[in-house]
Amino acid sequence: MAVYKRTYRRYTGELTPGWSRFVVLYRYSRKSLLRSRLLTGFYVLCFFFPLFCALEIYFLHNLDFVAKYGFDVARFLSIDNKFFFYFIDVQGVLAFILTAFTGPGLISPDLANGALPLYFCRPFSRVEYIAGKMSALAVLLSQITWVPGLILFAIQASVAPRHWLAENWWIVGSIVLASWIWIAILCLLSMALSAWVKWRFVASALMLGVLFFGAGFGHAINAVMRTDSGSLIDISNLIATVWTSLFRIPIELSTTASKAWTMLLIVCGICLLLLMRKVRAYEVIK
Amino acid sequence: MNSEAATAVSAEVEAPSIAKAPAPVVELQGVSVRFGRRDILQNLTCTLSGRSIGLLGPNGAGKTTLINTLLGFYKPVSGSARILGHDIHSDLKTIRSLVGYMPENDAFISKMSAVSFIRMMAELSGLPSEAALERAHEALFFVGLSEARYRKLGTYSLGMRQMAKLAQAIVHGPRLVILDEPTNGLDPVARQRMIRLIREIRSDPEMHVVVCSHLLRDVEDCCEEVLILKQGRIVHYSNLEEERRANRRFLELEIYGANGNFTEAIERLGCECATTTNRLKMVLADGVEIRDIYRLAAERDVRIRRLNFRRDTLEDIFLRAMET
Repeated sequence: MAVYKRTYRRYTGELTPGWSRFVVLYRYSRKSLLRSRLLTGFYVLCFFFPLFCALEIYFLHNLDFVAKYGFDVARFLSIDNKFFFYFIDVQGVLAFILTAFTGPGLISPDLANGALPLYFCRPFSRVEYIAGKMSALAVLLSQITWVPGLILFAIQASVAPRHWLAENWWIVGSIVLASWIWIAILCLLSMALSAWVKWRFVASALMLGVLFFGAGFGHAINAVMRTDSGSLIDISNLIATVWTSLFRIPIELSTTASKAWTMLLIVCGICLLLLMRKVRAYEVIK
Repeated sequence: MNSEAATAVSAEVEAPSIAKAPAPVVELQGVSVRFGRRDILQNLTCTLSGRSIGLLGPNGAGKTTLINTLLGFYKPVSGSARILGHDIHSDLKTIRSLVGYMPENDAFISKMSAVSFIRMMAELSGLPSEAALERAHEALFFVGLSEARYRKLGTYSLGMRQMAKLAQAIVHGPRLVILDEPTNGLDPVARQRMIRLIREIRSDPEMHVVVCSHLLRDVEDCCEEVLILKQGRIVHYSNLEEERRANRRFLELEIYGANGNFTEAIERLGCECATTTNRLKMVLADGVEIRDIYRLAAERDVRIRRLNFRRDTLEDIFLRAMET
């Protein structure tokens, strides 16, 4: 019917399958995330380091070309687990900055103006809502963490001698797992904080606070109580422990990998609980 | 009237139309909702089948809670409810696909344009992307926001936001539209437009509308059935159409020059009468028309200065219900 015909009529066409509805929210959320030019610019910047790493791999495998200029690259560079650990480390920091500024903007506009009842009065559940919103951020973060990590690995595997792949294939799992636990923590933390404070700038500040003040608080507990338990509330320490164990980096840390994994999963669980408590059509005031 | 009585009344109303067997819009069976220790809804039982149903009650009566319970936002502690034949416990997704909901409070995303907001809501209801865009434009034209449809919702006035909320409630073409205080904050012109739109939506033979309001005029203007709540209980059920028809037999006359003959003559026709000095109230008997009254008055040289159909307004019904 043409738009100028203003009478009401019912919709009788086909409907999309129920499972695909969260993709709608993913599409709209991604669009709103990339609306800011500043953030889009930062997002582009996040690809500079992977590009630099790709160039590094290129130079390493073209030593003859570089040697002409009297520079022995092999002395400084080797593509191994440490290379990918530092890659994930740098990209992880960029992912955190990106999340701190974009993540809280996912849910807070819906909460600020009471739009949640409009989502949930439709055949659309709270789990689908969280999945839709989270997937927008998770895909964005994936594009700057494990996806370029795997591309770098593939480049290295294609140009390195065969024994390199046989010796280092486990790094693929480390890249994916290390990225995913960090992405899960960032997404859930930013969404849970923004759901509770409802104001995106405060949520961003809280996000920074949880990481930096958490670390400071953990150190203070360790110093005062003469224990290592304070490190368990320091998310940056926990993630460093998990990453070093995943990439088999021989560094002594105050927490064991199993404890760090457990604590990170607990943090994810708490964030999910907080989200499920706040993300509902109406709050019941008892 | 208690909830059992409400059921009885509705059953009486439905009885003549059993042959058509219209599916009840809302069926409540002992629905109770409790928040903490507070009983918000208590043992609500009724069946509502009208095309337009009004939910009335003072503030805090439980109208919005009832709507939210029907939409599955709150879980009843006891009882069951069905909407368009679907149970709210087991068939919630189906119910939500059949229902359009306009909440009482502000509900929008301020940085989105009206058309993309309505389109997103249509897509979440299951419409394919292109159909959703077409329907979003149609819905915004329908509610009168065609010129402002590319503006951000945050820049809308209160009246425009109400219209945008109505647009999102109807964009997916639901069978039942639930409107919670649709005329809240509207000026008289905007209110008239909202009432007109509700009537227009109601005119679709397959559509049903539930209007929840504490404004009697709104409900009276666009509803056939009324359920009055007070302190979480049903205190009155009324089929306004039936009452309007019934009240056409109730007359109030202001007369001059009357004597006992006139009253007796009317009573001989089978009408019930009550007289004061110059006023005569009567209930017309079956088969008696107003022209018969005029004829009797002419025969007895009685002048009728004023003749009114005295019918209970919704306000009368509401105030009586509040006294119970």
